[in-house]
Amino acid sequence: MGEGLLFGEGDFPTRARHALADGQLRANLGAATTTIRERRAAAVGEVADWEELRSAGARIKDGSLAALDEMLVDFEEKFSASGGVVHWARDAQEANAIIVDLLNRSGAAEVVKVKSMTTQEIGLNEALAEAGIVAWETDLAELIVQLSADRPSHFLVPAIHRNRDEIRHIFQDHIPGIGTGLGNDPAELTAAARSYLRDKFLAAEVAISGANFAVAETGTLGVVESEGNGRMCLTLPRMLISVVGVEKVVPRWEDVGTLFQLLPRSSTAERMNPYTSTWSGVTPSDGPSEVHVVLLDNGRTNALADPVGKEALRCIRCSACLNVCPVYERVGGHAYGSVYPGPIGAVITPYLAGVETVASLPFASTLCGACYEVCPVKIDIPSLLVDLRAKHVAEANRKPLRSSEKVVMSALAWVMADAKRWQLVNRLGPLLGKLTRYRWARLAPLIGRWTENREPPVPPAHTLRNWRNNHQGLGEGMRHE
Amino acid sequence: MSEARSEILARIRAARITAPPQAPPVAPPQAPLSVSPQAPPGAPAPVGLVGLFCERVAHYDATVRRVATDSVAENLGSLIVAGSKVVAPRGFPQQWTAGLNALVVDGEELTKRDLDGFATVLSTCAVAVAETGTVILDGGVGQGRRALSLLPDHHVVVVKESQIVAGVDDAVGKLDPRKPLTWISGPSATADIELVRVRGVHGPRRLDVVVVGA
Repeated sequence: MGEGLLFGEGDFPTRARHALADGQLRANLGAATTTIRERRAAAVGEVADWEELRSAGARIKDGSLAALDEMLVDFEEKFSASGGVVHWARDAQEANAIIVDLLNRSGAAEVVKVKSMTTQEIGLNEALAEAGIVAWETDLAELIVQLSADRPSHFLVPAIHRNRDEIRHIFQDHIPGIGTGLGNDPAELTAAARSYLRDKFLAAEVAISGANFAVAETGTLGVVESEGNGRMCLTLPRMLISVVGVEKVVPRWEDVGTLFQLLPRSSTAERMNPYTSTWSGVTPSDGPSEVHVVLLDNGRTNALADPVGKEALRCIRCSACLNVCPVYERVGGHAYGSVYPGPIGAVITPYLAGVETVASLPFASTLCGACYEVCPVKIDIPSLLVDLRAKHVAEANRKPLRSSEKVVMSALAWVMADAKRWQLVNRLGPLLGKLTRYRWARLAPLIGRWTENREPPVPPAHTLRNWRNNHQGLGEGMRHE
Repeated sequence: MSEARSEILARIRAARITAPPQAPPVAPPQAPLSVSPQAPPGAPAPVGLVGLFCERVAHYDATVRRVATDSVAENLGSLIVAGSKVVAPRGFPQQWTAGLNALVVDGEELTKRDLDGFATVLSTCAVAVAETGTVILDGGVGQGRRALSLLPDHHVVVVKESQIVAGVDDAVGKLDPRKPLTWISGPSATADIELVRVRGVHGPRRLDVVVVGA
């Protein structure tokens, strides 16, 4: 089972309620998601054969998943042949231990990091801190999140929940030497981050990255980015460690052509992102002389073993589904309690960590289907959510009666299974309505959560059955007309 | 071989029994998608392709100019701020740097901090993509090591028209993945604060592309 920062305390409804009460958060999120949705639609609209491209993306990933063992072994062979070192980690703890060990042997007390969902998933920064190693996040948004001891809330724009004034305050409070003169203009804030990190890049001995893809036939890894912090980390230090989920591998070099067309337009709504770096092991006198990759399972083989869930492993982490989701737009990323938020997070997290660990996540959706429509690798997220809901219900059914929903449903099933019982209850309903001066549903704290946001119906004075009995003649007459 | 390795591979193989793959292990090769008209191999790129490339580069806040072969040196000279320190990789054509007095040619003795001290770096490229306005460096002659085209704040890339291909798939087909590749589409940028695009974070904040005709 997957572990690490895949799940937190509490459930989605509790966290969502908290998020919904935050007006600033909703304003920041609403503005950002509206903007990125429009930009994406324009970038995608420019490509005549976008639908074929999506299908090609899905085929490439499915093909790779169908022979994942061969792909990984092939990748390992090629990457090692060109001087790279391949490590395998079954879970977060094992991955962190490998990295800490590599760092201890290198003697580095500090590392620079490229933004990576996978290293967040395994809680690497926390593990490094425990080992006394300082990790500097170098992506601007990750830096904002790290300085304010916050959690990322979006794959691509981790600080989407912060506005410029909040970011200005974070920089003033946490970057040494920044005075009160700092303005809130994004360009000025960006320049402050540039000068803060410059020396760290030049001094760093070791960098840690993720990878957007791995190519089996050539042993190539790639990182797609915008700021140049990725290039700094991948190029300047002596040693590079990349943490890569096993599902990131694609069979052939030519497959990256399809991913390079799908990812930037879906993700940042650009024809192409400013920088993409690829490397195959070590290149003499260019870049790091020691290159490692940690191939991570952490629950991915659980998902792979699920006939429905394995489709989630196609994900290329573009975040288009977050931006179109009516639920994400209102509650933000933190409400999901996982490093993978939004619609894709609501499916990936349970398939990796086990449905019962995060049972409320598959319900954090209206099943509207917008996520499926924008997904560049055609992951049918609504169907996956329904599958997960069914799995949770099946699991819950094996337990003794616990939830009020189950009590009500079981009672109803018993009543409706017999005509006499049903008639009896039909007669009781109006009686109950008459007897109680106020709405009868409030009598039942059992269904309090249902009635919290809904007006409960008042039982009618007459049921259809007894109306029919009283109007037998009329009904007959109408039928003859 | 490690215990983790054999266990992960065993789990993948076991998954094929519970969730049998419906897809063939490797997707059949496909024709390049989303490309404009393609030049036959070796032939000079059609004018339309060069025009499209220039338009797309300009869209990224980079400058782009088309020049004749004999006016490259003059144009490079005009792009460089007078008196600033300029570095070029080994193999960068000497006839293009004729007018540059302060030019340093990169060698192993230059440290990261030395490279950081240069204002401008000159380089050629391996391939360029019209559809996306991308230049791609592979560390070949005239392109240098990756740190070289990264640390100076101003990058001038010289692209030959014949290096421009129509689409991303065409470029992937021409590149050698065993070399370290850097795909550059405009100057470094971020939209991390309220999705406002800011030009220039850690990579070169200024990118000038010079397209040389036949």
